[in-house]
Amino acid sequence: MADAYIFDAVRTPRGKGKKDGSLHEITALSLATQVLEALRDRNGLDTSKVDDVVLGCVAPVGEQGSDIARTAVLTADYAQSVAGVQINRFCASGLEACNMAAAKVMAGEADLAIGGGVESMSRVPMGSDGGAWPTDPTSAFKTYFAPQGVSADLIATLYGFSRDDVDAYAVESQTRAARSWAEGRFKKSVVPVKDQLGLTLLDHDETVRAQTTMQTLASLSPSFTMPGEMAFDAVVTQRYPQVEKVNHVHHAGNSSGIVDGAAGVLIGTKAMGEALGLKARARIKAMASIGSEPSIMLTGPEFVSRKALQRAGMSVGDIDLYELNEAFAAVVLRYMQALDLDHAKVNVNGGAIAMGHPLGATGAMILGTMVDELERSDKQTALINLCVGAGMGTATIIERV
Amino acid sequence: MENFKIDVDADGVALVTFDVPGRTMNTLTASVIREVGEVVERIKTDAAIKGAVITSGKTTGFCAGADLGELGAQAPGGAGGSKEDALRATFDAAFALNKAFRALETCGKPVAAAINGLALGGGLEITLACHYRVVADAPKVQLGLPEAKVGLLPGAGGTQRLPRLMGVMAAAPYLLEGKSMKPAEALAAKVVHEVVAPDQVVEAAKTWVKTKGDPVAPWDKKDFKIPGGGPYTPGGAQVFIMGNAMLRKQTYGNYPAQMNILKAVYEGLQVPIDAALRIESRYFVKTMSSPQAKGMIRTLFLSMQELGKGSGRPAGVPHYDVKKVAVIGAGMMGAGIAYVQAMAGVETILIDTTQEAADKGKGYAQGLVDKAVKRGKMTAEKGAAILALIHPTADYDQVKGSDLVIEAVFENRDIKAEVTKKAEAQLAETAVFGSNTSTLPITGLAKASVRPANFIGIHFFSPVDKMGLVEIILGKETSPETLAKSIDYVLKIKKTPIVVNDSRGFYTSRCFGTFVQEGLEMLAEGIAPAIIDNVGRATGMPRGPLEMNDDVALDLSYKITEQTKKDLGDKYEERPFSPVVEKMVVELGRLGRKNGKGFYDYPTDGGAKRLWPGLSELVPVKTADADQALIEEIRTRLLYRQAVEAARCFEENVVTDPREADVGAILGWGFAPWTGGPISLIDGVGAARFVETCDQLAQKYGARFSPPQILRDMAAKGESFYGRFAAKAKAA
Repeated sequence: MADAYIFDAVRTPRGKGKKDGSLHEITALSLATQVLEALRDRNGLDTSKVDDVVLGCVAPVGEQGSDIARTAVLTADYAQSVAGVQINRFCASGLEACNMAAAKVMAGEADLAIGGGVESMSRVPMGSDGGAWPTDPTSAFKTYFAPQGVSADLIATLYGFSRDDVDAYAVESQTRAARSWAEGRFKKSVVPVKDQLGLTLLDHDETVRAQTTMQTLASLSPSFTMPGEMAFDAVVTQRYPQVEKVNHVHHAGNSSGIVDGAAGVLIGTKAMGEALGLKARARIKAMASIGSEPSIMLTGPEFVSRKALQRAGMSVGDIDLYELNEAFAAVVLRYMQALDLDHAKVNVNGGAIAMGHPLGATGAMILGTMVDELERSDKQTALINLCVGAGMGTATIIERV
Repeated sequence: MENFKIDVDADGVALVTFDVPGRTMNTLTASVIREVGEVVERIKTDAAIKGAVITSGKTTGFCAGADLGELGAQAPGGAGGSKEDALRATFDAAFALNKAFRALETCGKPVAAAINGLALGGGLEITLACHYRVVADAPKVQLGLPEAKVGLLPGAGGTQRLPRLMGVMAAAPYLLEGKSMKPAEALAAKVVHEVVAPDQVVEAAKTWVKTKGDPVAPWDKKDFKIPGGGPYTPGGAQVFIMGNAMLRKQTYGNYPAQMNILKAVYEGLQVPIDAALRIESRYFVKTMSSPQAKGMIRTLFLSMQELGKGSGRPAGVPHYDVKKVAVIGAGMMGAGIAYVQAMAGVETILIDTTQEAADKGKGYAQGLVDKAVKRGKMTAEKGAAILALIHPTADYDQVKGSDLVIEAVFENRDIKAEVTKKAEAQLAETAVFGSNTSTLPITGLAKASVRPANFIGIHFFSPVDKMGLVEIILGKETSPETLAKSIDYVLKIKKTPIVVNDSRGFYTSRCFGTFVQEGLEMLAEGIAPAIIDNVGRATGMPRGPLEMNDDVALDLSYKITEQTKKDLGDKYEERPFSPVVEKMVVELGRLGRKNGKGFYDYPTDGGAKRLWPGLSELVPVKTADADQALIEEIRTRLLYRQAVEAARCFEENVVTDPREADVGAILGWGFAPWTGGPISLIDGVGAARFVETCDQLAQKYGARFSPPQILRDMAAKGESFYGRFAAKAKAA
């Protein structure tokens, strides 16, 4: 089986995912197109050599529907021979897209492929795609469905994280993100988004708040108390009867931000890289996805990380840097508790609490961030993973070459 | 046709009068369902008929829906043929009504319903298949789909037409809780089109047929939209997402009927009405064949009805019309009994040791009556007349002339004996003496009586005005006449009687006690208290066992344990939880809800109770997490512990009729209604499997789970309690 190498990774900056966000006036298709164009132009890529483009997208309806990956291939003026496929593994779609691109390379289906993702959450709001899971009584009942925020609060309750714990984590995320931007740690992969005239519209992540403190966060009220008390606390305590009362600690300031953005990662065989003069920056060492209990939903990272480590023949201590999407503060706190990780090794450049989580794209974004960071800090191995709706988890282990 | 009469007037409007012969109320019998088809055929094909009005020939109401007795007797699937053929036949039978009503809806001529009385279940559903509904403006008229209350699903279009008329959110309480609506509410909700004076109903319906008569249902029109939207509209999705969670919150997933109703609505609203009705019929069959539906129909409807007619009453004793009753002891129980008696028109002497105490007892009735008058539920005159029936006094002479005495004094043998003597001195030889004791054996109490044949246990439940059950306990010498008279009394005050034989705790207190004790056993084992009560509630019991202990009061449990210890002597087996309860009561003064601290702390500001943090120091937690297997085991322990005790009561002849055991359990101590009662639970599981599980539990947790011989015999012979009982009744 061939090895899969990462040659390049690009991402857009993340715009606030609301009507007043900078990227609201740019179509999702344009975001995806600009990412593909950047990958081509930075690398002088002969696009006819790209076999497939896999893009994650979680609300693939409206302008994001109808296979946005193939559509973007065509609008980016890639060779028409390049295929495109849109996939959905909820929050891990972007990483799953990269894993699939890598798998195609490993399996010999492709020599060169792009994995990535796109989500304009301001233009196609979360949940626009509907879906049976929470709506159909058959699946909602069977899975003890609760909204993710209630699940995150359940994690905090079960594993003993107080409001202060989650807020302190959020402050640190903002601090790290601000420092990383100040030090230019993201400049290798961030490609400014251009408007219809080709003028730069946004060149930085729009939601970072360097000034965040425990005091500023203290004024925010928990977001999930009301739906929890109406019904969902009762649902999760039926599944987790050891909980007497769910402690609602998450709010807008310690949960991932709603943003717009896109990302792409160029992946291929060593031989193709050499033929095209592309420098291999990292090797995909292992990949994994898992399912776990869907009601608590967001504890999958522990399990998927262990699975990926096992497949790589590695142990927790062999990884230099851990990156776990900051869906909610308690998700990362639980992960560090479960794997006994030092926060100094986890999410070193901040995460989605500060910079936002464009659902379909985030996985590809943080994979790129880790490639950059391994090089910057001269480290060898990184494990990238995300918690995923309905109890799933997706992970990738990379090593520098 | 025997059930419908058709009169065509000069304008060509056919008046279809629904009048099932030989019944006081119209129900949808098999013959009615057949004839609906004939009615539709006539309306459709008779050129002289321009349109139709359907009304009822009964003064009792329009139609009360399906005949649950007939429905309950139907065994799903026929004999012979493959399983699939049998299931298909069951579906076809269930779909017949939907098909007939749909044919009415699509007959091509306008059909109006003139609803001149209550229309429930199938009775409402036939009107929903009409194109126009006029309702009589009368206080007794109610419209509703009560199926869910007895574990059934409205299977004649109700789950489809009601949400299409009023929207999913508005229809939910009517479909899922069986709530009914008054004419004005139905009009506001757009379920009916007109509310008119009762004598105008047919005329108004005819006028619509003649002047506006549109023969197309809203959902058969091209531009039809579900009010509030279907499942995949922004508004509609929220209704389902929230609705699914609320339903789990309320039902813990114990009730297939509610679950299937929601599924039928969700799936049905996404397709045209014809397909929707097929989906509904499938879920109807699925619900109907669940053990929950069988148990609930039997216990909550059929058995309740039978016991409510005095099925346990010895034959041949003339009806005993109780006119005057003395209630001794004006505490909480006595005061409640006095109130329900007065409500039933029974003259009541309410006795206590002082006039003041007796007056205070009457004050309870006064409070309830005042509340009813204030809310407009009772006239001031009626309230005054009711209160005038209660005579508070400290004078035993007033007992004279009473047909019955209810003794409701403190649970102390000596006090009870004294009261018995004092009252009997005033009583005629034919009068009955009833003791409202919840634990003391009747035969022992009867020793104080000069007429033990007239002595009986009449056990009420608290609060008396809300609890529908009365447990009648036969002492060794209690005569059949006394039993018959007592049943007549219980029926007169509108309660449901069950009859049991003497034993410690009788039937209800004894079985209920096992539930709270099993919770204490779990606590002593080190299972986290939150797990015990959360899973306890999820079994369908009204409260978890620990909070139930708090509600009953821990000092009471402690006293009962001490009394039992004394009574049983060497035979008493000390339980690991006893020192815990003793410490809470004696050392810590944690008595339960009544003093604001028990297993829970009860904030004085009325906030939600929280588990007492000190409990984990008193009883260290060894099991802090609950996986599905543990949840399942706790659930089984809590339910089976009660059920095996109920089976023991059969073995010991404490109860003899499974209907009484099941009704008594649900009405008396709130045993999980979805089971149909502990005996239905055992029958539903099957004796063999029940015995096997109990043996496993006995091995793990002790002999209290050991199944009695009667269950082993039933398991060996493949019998059920209800089967045995029916056979016995037939033989007798």
